[in-house]
Amino acid sequence: MTFKPVILWTDALIYLLLVVVIIFAWYVRRNEHLLAPWRRVGHSVSGMMALTVLILFISIGLLDTIHFRPSVQANGSTNNKIYGVQVLSLFDVIATPLRINIEKTYSAPFATHLYTRETIEFSEGKQVREFPRLEFGGAHLRNPEEQFVADVTWRTVAGLSLGLFVWSAFVILLVMLMAYRSGKEFMQTLSAILRNETEVPWNAVFRMLALIFSLLGIALSLSACYHIFGTDKVGQDVFYQSLKSIRTGLVIGTLTTLMMLPFALLLGIMAGYFRGWIDDVIQYIYTTLSSIPSVLLIAATVLMMQVYMETHPELFDTIAVRADLRLLFLCIILGVTSWTGLCRLLRGETLKIREMEYIQAAHSFGVSHWRIISRHILPNVMHIVLIATVMDFSGLVLAEAVLSYVGVGVDPSMISFGTMINAARLEMAREPMVWWALLSSFTFMFTLVLSANLFADAVQDAFNPRVRTLSFINRKIVPR
Amino acid sequence: MFDYIIRRIFYAIPILIGVNLITFTLFFVVNTPDDMARMQLGIKRVTPEAISKWKQERGYDKPLVYNGAEEGAQKFTHTIFFEKSTAMFVFDFGRADDGRDIAHEIKTRMLPSLAIALPVFLLVLVAYVTFALMMVFFRATYIDFWGVVLCVALMSISSLFYIISGQFFISKLWHLVPISGFSGGLDMGKFLVLPVVIGVISGAGASTRWYRTIFLEEMGKDYVRTARAKGLPASIILFRHVLRNAMIPILTGAVVVIPLLFLGSLIAESFFGIPGLGSYTIDAINSQDFAVVRAMVFLGSFLYIIGLILTDISYTLVDPRISLE
Repeated sequence: MTFKPVILWTDALIYLLLVVVIIFAWYVRRNEHLLAPWRRVGHSVSGMMALTVLILFISIGLLDTIHFRPSVQANGSTNNKIYGVQVLSLFDVIATPLRINIEKTYSAPFATHLYTRETIEFSEGKQVREFPRLEFGGAHLRNPEEQFVADVTWRTVAGLSLGLFVWSAFVILLVMLMAYRSGKEFMQTLSAILRNETEVPWNAVFRMLALIFSLLGIALSLSACYHIFGTDKVGQDVFYQSLKSIRTGLVIGTLTTLMMLPFALLLGIMAGYFRGWIDDVIQYIYTTLSSIPSVLLIAATVLMMQVYMETHPELFDTIAVRADLRLLFLCIILGVTSWTGLCRLLRGETLKIREMEYIQAAHSFGVSHWRIISRHILPNVMHIVLIATVMDFSGLVLAEAVLSYVGVGVDPSMISFGTMINAARLEMAREPMVWWALLSSFTFMFTLVLSANLFADAVQDAFNPRVRTLSFINRKIVPR
Repeated sequence: MFDYIIRRIFYAIPILIGVNLITFTLFFVVNTPDDMARMQLGIKRVTPEAISKWKQERGYDKPLVYNGAEEGAQKFTHTIFFEKSTAMFVFDFGRADDGRDIAHEIKTRMLPSLAIALPVFLLVLVAYVTFALMMVFFRATYIDFWGVVLCVALMSISSLFYIISGQFFISKLWHLVPISGFSGGLDMGKFLVLPVVIGVISGAGASTRWYRTIFLEEMGKDYVRTARAKGLPASIILFRHVLRNAMIPILTGAVVVIPLLFLGSLIAESFFGIPGLGSYTIDAINSQDFAVVRAMVFLGSFLYIIGLILTDISYTLVDPRISLE
């Protein structure tokens, strides 16, 4: 199959972010004083376990970021390839069975029959209203009532053993690598980990990995034949949707910070460093912006963006591009409304730093303003930026769900936790209730946000700043 | 102090002008009134007459900031910017798309919003300050540890989850209170219980944890060590010394939101069908009623600025060292 790579705007920014993170990591590795706090993060048990889960989420998100348009089979001519309007990602290809096995409408998790009755006509002309069998969920079972339990048990065991097998292979590989790098014996390294004597809590990480791999194995083997989290109104697999939502959450959580950082850094440091009228102007700007309640400002801005997109439909060639641009705008808007808190903090910190002796010494040596800011002030406020970034992340993921509910979130065609909850909420009154989409999206969101929160705590403890001022930022983002 | 308040009110004027500039840019410059009209009347089949009628009904049929057709000062006063801004400053918000007076709507909808927001605010403040004090009292024990774990877990749950599961279990399954709705008088209570309880619970994690850090920071200070060296019992140190000294950061967070309570909560009100300002805003967003959203943005910032002034005044009440001169 041929394809045409597509780089959406958010994809490009994610790649940019990735490059920045890699350069930052490389730079930190070479500087012991920068590495020290990260070591402390590495020694925190909860932080490392959370990071393990986060890495899983991030890798799903990254797989979902590599987009392309597959070619449509053109009649006869092979030279002239036509590319479909549907934009797929690498993740979509991996999850192809989940994506294309679409039922008619709702079905419960592990169901073999549809949620609603349908009229079935037999060949003799007799009509019966009953729950029809699903087209894909449990379709391999000839007699679901009898075979179901045995089949699910067998598949769970198979998936579990597959997961544990991959896990042990992975662990052996990792321990071998560690042994090679530290120059010790394999068994020596392994027993140190087993007795929990390593500096980095590998024991806990491996236990977490065991959990992840066995869950993944079970999910893989079961979702091949069942809809393990059920299907939604148009029959799409909820498990697939939950996995797709991860990318949206990650994009909102990270790109928003990427958008606001330049504003906050530049203006905050300038206000604190130059004082005088520059300080007055910048303070005026952020006081004005922050005096508008953030939900209302976001709502108003998104509303205006919607009008703009409606009246300029020619700018977007596919639905994916449109949804993606809307997501990007949402990130920008969230960034513009949330930079004020960080800016205020940076201004305060810069005010303090600029009175230090080493800055005065730099002044008397005739070092230029730009150089003082970049060499002496910026590195000394970076820890605040870092902590604000990790702390904001979870708040933003939660905010996305709320904003999408209010109607000012992501594009309705984009799969996200917010749109899933919003769609499922309308079916609450049904009898029996359609609960699986809600449960699934809330569970995934909870796991993501919890691990982000735990990791943020570990980072904050390691960099040991003034805790209070920063936790105040986090409170402000989530609209209530 | 009176002088100070007067001065603060004067400082508020440039900020309100700034807010007005931002909303004006958002609502009239990013998209021209023509765009808005086309959006509301349907993109494709719309006649120029319909657009100009729509604009005339709302008073949008003038130039944005400069009217060359008029004489003298009217070049600037007969414009959308001037007319809409001055109207905003005297709280004349105009009419919503359904023809109702926005200022009147705001007045009648304020009370239902307040009926939910005020109990939530007070309960959150009292309950979580108490919890946080308890955690600090038992600090470095299992109670403190599991308390923090619980807080982090609660912080990670979406507020939508509390609302949806509350409505499902309490109202639908157990029929304890109505799912949604509102009425005045004595009946109000049964409609308010669930939103208030859920509002209190959904803030649990973040609030408790925040208050705990405030108290812990206060615990590390010298006067606490002195008090302990004097032999004061831990409870007296906590309630008489730490709590009173921690009032400043607590007030910073709490007093500023008091005026904003009038605006209510967007999510809770629309889930529980309470005819407050929050659901009014959501309805306006969904029906793209620009005038209402604009009015709410202005009102929100106005109330926030009042909140800032109130915060300053409250400082003098809890800390005699601070005087507003």
